[in-house]
Amino acid sequence: MTCVHLLLTLVFAVSLGTPVEIQRPRGVPLTSIQFYVENKPFTCLDGSRTISFDRVNDDYCDCKDGSDEPGTAACPNGSFHCTNAGYRPMFIPSSRINDGICDCCDTTDEYNSGAKCENTCKELGRKEREVLQKMAEITKEGFLLKQHLIEEAKKGQQEKQSKVTDMQGNKKQLDEKVEVLRTVKETAEQPEKEAKERHLKAWEEQKAAIRLEKDKAKMAEAFLELDDNADGFVSVSELQSHAELDADADGTLTETEAQGLMGGAEQVDTSTFESVWPNIKDKYHSEVSREEADMSCLVSSEVPFGQKVFFLEKTVVKLSAQKARDDFEEAEKALREMDDQIRNIEKELSFDFGPDAEFTYLYSQCYELTTGEYIYRLCPFNRVSQKPKYGGSETNLGTWGSWSGPENNKYLLMKYDHGTGCWQGPNRSTTVKLTCGKETVVTSTSEPSRCEYLIEFTTPAVCQEPANTDLSPHDHEEL
Amino acid sequence: RKSCAVPSSPCSCSWTSSSVLLTFAVDRGNFKTCDQSAFCKRQRALKPGQSPYRALLETLELSDSRLTLQLINDNNKVHLLLELYRLQGNMTRVKINELKPLRPRFEVPDVLIAEPPTEPLSVLSKDDNGVVLSLGAKNQRLIVSARPFRLDIMQGPEVLLSLNSRGLLAFEHLRLHKDTDKEEDGLWEETFKSHTDTKPNGPTSISLDFSLPGVEHVYGIPEHADDLKLKTTDGGDPYRLYNLDVFQYELYNPMALYGSIPVMLAHNTQRTMGIFWLNAAETWVDISSNTAGKTVFGKMLDFVQGSSEKPQTDVRWISESGIIDVFIMLGPKPSDVFSQYASLTGTQSFPPLASLGYHQCRWNYNDQEDVKSVDQGFDQHDIPYDFIWLDIEHADGKRYFTWDPHKFPQPKEMLQGLMDKRRKMVAIVDPHIRVDSGYKIHNEITSKDFYVKNKDGRNYEGWCWPGNSGYPDFTKPEMRAWWSSMFAYDQYEGSMENLFTWNDMNEPSVFNGPEVTMHKDALHGKWEHRDIHNIYGLYVQMATAEGQTQRSGGVERPFVLTRAFFAGSQRYGAVWTGDNAAEWDHLKISIPMCLSLGLVGVSFCGADVGGFFKNPSTELLVRWYQTGAYQPFFRAHAHLDTTRREPWLFGPENTALIREVIRQRYALLPYWYQLLYQAHKTGMPVMRPLWVDYPKDTATFTIDDEFLIGSDLLVHPVTEEGSRGVTAYLPGAGEVWYDVHTFQKHNGAQNLYIPVTLSSIPVFQRGGSIIPRKDRVRRSSACMENDPYTLYVALSPKKFAEGELYIDDGHSLNYDTKKEFIHRSLTFANNALTSSNLCPDCNFLTSSWIEKVLILGASKPSKVLLKMDGKETPVDFEFDTSMSVLTLRKPGMNAGADWTLLLQ
Repeated sequence: MTCVHLLLTLVFAVSLGTPVEIQRPRGVPLTSIQFYVENKPFTCLDGSRTISFDRVNDDYCDCKDGSDEPGTAACPNGSFHCTNAGYRPMFIPSSRINDGICDCCDTTDEYNSGAKCENTCKELGRKEREVLQKMAEITKEGFLLKQHLIEEAKKGQQEKQSKVTDMQGNKKQLDEKVEVLRTVKETAEQPEKEAKERHLKAWEEQKAAIRLEKDKAKMAEAFLELDDNADGFVSVSELQSHAELDADADGTLTETEAQGLMGGAEQVDTSTFESVWPNIKDKYHSEVSREEADMSCLVSSEVPFGQKVFFLEKTVVKLSAQKARDDFEEAEKALREMDDQIRNIEKELSFDFGPDAEFTYLYSQCYELTTGEYIYRLCPFNRVSQKPKYGGSETNLGTWGSWSGPENNKYLLMKYDHGTGCWQGPNRSTTVKLTCGKETVVTSTSEPSRCEYLIEFTTPAVCQEPANTDLSPHDHEEL
Repeated sequence: RKSCAVPSSPCSCSWTSSSVLLTFAVDRGNFKTCDQSAFCKRQRALKPGQSPYRALLETLELSDSRLTLQLINDNNKVHLLLELYRLQGNMTRVKINELKPLRPRFEVPDVLIAEPPTEPLSVLSKDDNGVVLSLGAKNQRLIVSARPFRLDIMQGPEVLLSLNSRGLLAFEHLRLHKDTDKEEDGLWEETFKSHTDTKPNGPTSISLDFSLPGVEHVYGIPEHADDLKLKTTDGGDPYRLYNLDVFQYELYNPMALYGSIPVMLAHNTQRTMGIFWLNAAETWVDISSNTAGKTVFGKMLDFVQGSSEKPQTDVRWISESGIIDVFIMLGPKPSDVFSQYASLTGTQSFPPLASLGYHQCRWNYNDQEDVKSVDQGFDQHDIPYDFIWLDIEHADGKRYFTWDPHKFPQPKEMLQGLMDKRRKMVAIVDPHIRVDSGYKIHNEITSKDFYVKNKDGRNYEGWCWPGNSGYPDFTKPEMRAWWSSMFAYDQYEGSMENLFTWNDMNEPSVFNGPEVTMHKDALHGKWEHRDIHNIYGLYVQMATAEGQTQRSGGVERPFVLTRAFFAGSQRYGAVWTGDNAAEWDHLKISIPMCLSLGLVGVSFCGADVGGFFKNPSTELLVRWYQTGAYQPFFRAHAHLDTTRREPWLFGPENTALIREVIRQRYALLPYWYQLLYQAHKTGMPVMRPLWVDYPKDTATFTIDDEFLIGSDLLVHPVTEEGSRGVTAYLPGAGEVWYDVHTFQKHNGAQNLYIPVTLSSIPVFQRGGSIIPRKDRVRRSSACMENDPYTLYVALSPKKFAEGELYIDDGHSLNYDTKKEFIHRSLTFANNALTSSNLCPDCNFLTSSWIEKVLILGASKPSKVLLKMDGKETPVDFEFDTSMSVLTLRKPGMNAGADWTLLLQ
């Protein structure tokens, strides 16, 4: 409505004091009345043609834009204006004129259909004012709450920020402490470690000695075995009987090969056999093969002995090392926990909680709604789930995705996606529609499309600052 | 809606394997091939030319109009009784039954609207070889040959049709098990997958062959997801007729679907004929042709050499039980065949006008709130609609006739809300009844003993949506009467006069039954399910439609949609093509599927707009609306698992495209209504193949990507993804067609390339026609009741045009019972457009008037006068030279009046 017309109507209202029916063709809003001048040719509003005035509202469509028939259903693209005094004026498509359905609360759209319409504008106006009033109250209170939330959030945020800073400071100290304790621990552990190493070394030496003994025994045994004629010498031919010693793996140990193994000698005695033994011991097959059983026997009987020694000594050094270890581990755990805390707070601080952080209070909260069949659970910035009321497992309806409202206010919708997959369908997802309310509650849930859920949620955080105007009825616009 | 989709439902039964769902195709293994159906296999193994049947001419008896004659099978000496009737309206009926069957064999009741009236037959000559009978005037004769038995129908020197010419008549006589010559598989028991059919009556199948000399094109025998022109079946399976709930059906094959109409039409440039095989048992139809394999070049060579044998199509029908009862409809024009068939089985029910509007359906609208918001969505986006639909989830635990107490606690409030908008609702009522002692319907059926029985005589039970379910025996008239009474307002709680019904799953669907249907050895009284299977669905719709009529005291027309159907189903309402998919090929196939149904009586046909399974692309959805708006039954529907697809969910441009095409539909409602009236009166299909109106133009014989609505609108929907143009064939040498959007004129008998955009719907009005429209489209058809008409007069090259206008109250039976309607003839000739009364003794008053007349192809007059009541008044007009369109401004006469507009 332009200023000019507002003025005009105000003049009428003031100067006459009583409502006046302004003469204008049916269905024309006051804003367009100057185009419809009685008995003057009418030019279609799109300028496409000019017709005589008796063709305006004559129930035949002459203008392409439908402007010659504002009060009849003749034009497919026309619109009809109802004043709806007491309520809100509106345009309806021409096709709703005299269609037997009451669209305008002032009944003006059904002037020739036989439809029995009642003027409900006053009632609607009253109701609307009530609703608006209530909404205004809610908005007002909600907005106050929102301010509070913003304050809280800012405080919280600052607290968290400084906490993080503090913690980061503390963390540095803790880091140092951990390093100190690590050194203490390592120092304390030194005797223990040394003892362990000492015993390990002794054990290795012992094992080597035993092995050496064993080898000597084996060598002696082998000498006796090889010395077939028991003349106290092992000869080339005696060695040749052990084909497994064949060096070129052709299956036979030649005389030359045998001689080679014996270092060029024709025969060796027990003492010179000591130099031959290393050449053959790996391949040599004893006729009485029990050497491996012996070795395993040796190992299994010896290990408990060595450990017993070690454990004994360990108990001694433990007294001093354990405390250092505990201290260190405790400090390290504290450091880890602090890291986690810092990370959590940083994560929280990284969320988009709205332009004024007004949605912060929803973080780490959950809100439930129980319907006929299910309990729905909305944990903002986290996830949405659904659980059957009478037992059964929970279904994930989506995890926090993003704000997804319209461009002008993305904070009106939340999107949760990648929920549990649907049979033969997509993964479940949920859209949360936020409306202004004093309470923070889930008001309804629905599944408008298969596996796509809609949750309606009220929160003061979306309450807008109430417009600074009073809520008087609109009917002063048109009488 | 249908089909196993909810894992927690009874559907988790074994017949849907997950691989089926993933690959999206029918699991063929669930359904029999001919080879897996013992009788089909036996029958198909018979070789032609070895007929054991001989006519015993000495037994011939002729009484009035009925001729009887015994046939003997020389192999087993079983006698058959042949009955021949000459029926009024150029038809011949041939019945063959056993002369003395062990037990009566099933003869299908309730399909013929009356015993067809006969005309006298006379014997022209008779000798040892046969008998020649006269079929009345026109030089038509029926020749009965004795050895082997054979029938030929001749006109002059030409054979129109022969029976048993290939010797494939085969009649498995009833016998005792002990008398069976040899123990052959499938004679007395048959197993398919895990199901055993006990066959207590043994083999009972029948078969007969028909030869059609000079015929290369045969049509009909729906329902198959296949081309309009039937294909030869050599080397593959025959076309199967066995009502089945086929999950995710496959296209372009002869597999059985939800309904069966055993009627085939044969057409050539000289004649159209029909064969109606009245049998409700499982049926297979083989088609072969001597020209099918030939290339065009081969045919030309034959022609040039003059050596060609005459083209011929051979058809063979095989049914599992019952008798041979065949009606041969001799045409000769397509319209004659339609009226012949209509005289036998009745015509399309005349639906309430609103049901020709747009239907919004989904499995499921969740609750009352959802219904309300969808309803408001249409108003917000200024899109008209008449019906919103509720699928199975609306009922309390799938107990039909009830409402879910949480989702639909106040059904009357919801219905009243719709009524206030002059809109309507359909709620589903399926025939499977939840076995539940707390359910009134179940208890009453049980106490009245109305359930189908299994072979042991106990109530037959199977799995369907509610879980364990009983199946009412709809073949029982008492059962149907009781079912009808359940639609009374005081019985069907929460129902109101704007609530209508949808019968789904009425094949019947039995999730755990053989081939997802009822066991053949289940019992309907003394008859086996085997005998009646294909007619079960017809009975369900019959009883439901009757219930709706009764609830109004016989005043209001019913509206019932069915998925299963049989010959005669056209009398009870609408049919849709079942659970299709959101795929381009499914959009394409909707045309031949509905054309085939239209040819055999079912005019009120449609496919789920958008495709039932899967999510359509936006382009496909828009194209489907554009196609569906020009098909008789116009309903969008979607599977439970699909995303929402109300017309306004795809952005403003697409909303506008869909709005536009729905508005085109509403503007044309007077034409649709008049065509449904015509179908109801004459049996003429509403949606027609081009050959019906251009029977001599061979170019039209295989066209099934475009179609006619009535005679006057030709539609070539865009059914290709990303299409930039279509080539439409405009038939009729010497005729013209006008583009309905631009009024541009095109000559007939040409292939016209039409560039298209997403908003294009190529539609043409025939020069020579007058189509009444209501261009003031409102939010529902009821709102348009009193609106004025615009007449679109499309002139022929000879400056002639004619059309009709039919008006009544749109919903009651008073048009029939009280002749309360207006039927006008509109004729443009000699520069005068005249409205004259086609029903002078009718009485109906309308407040509708003529607001505008558009004359396409006109020349500019100097003056236009309205002559009415002896007065002449001038009428304003405008003339568009570029398109030669003359617009008469607001002549203003009442639509029911006599008047003439003179162009001078």
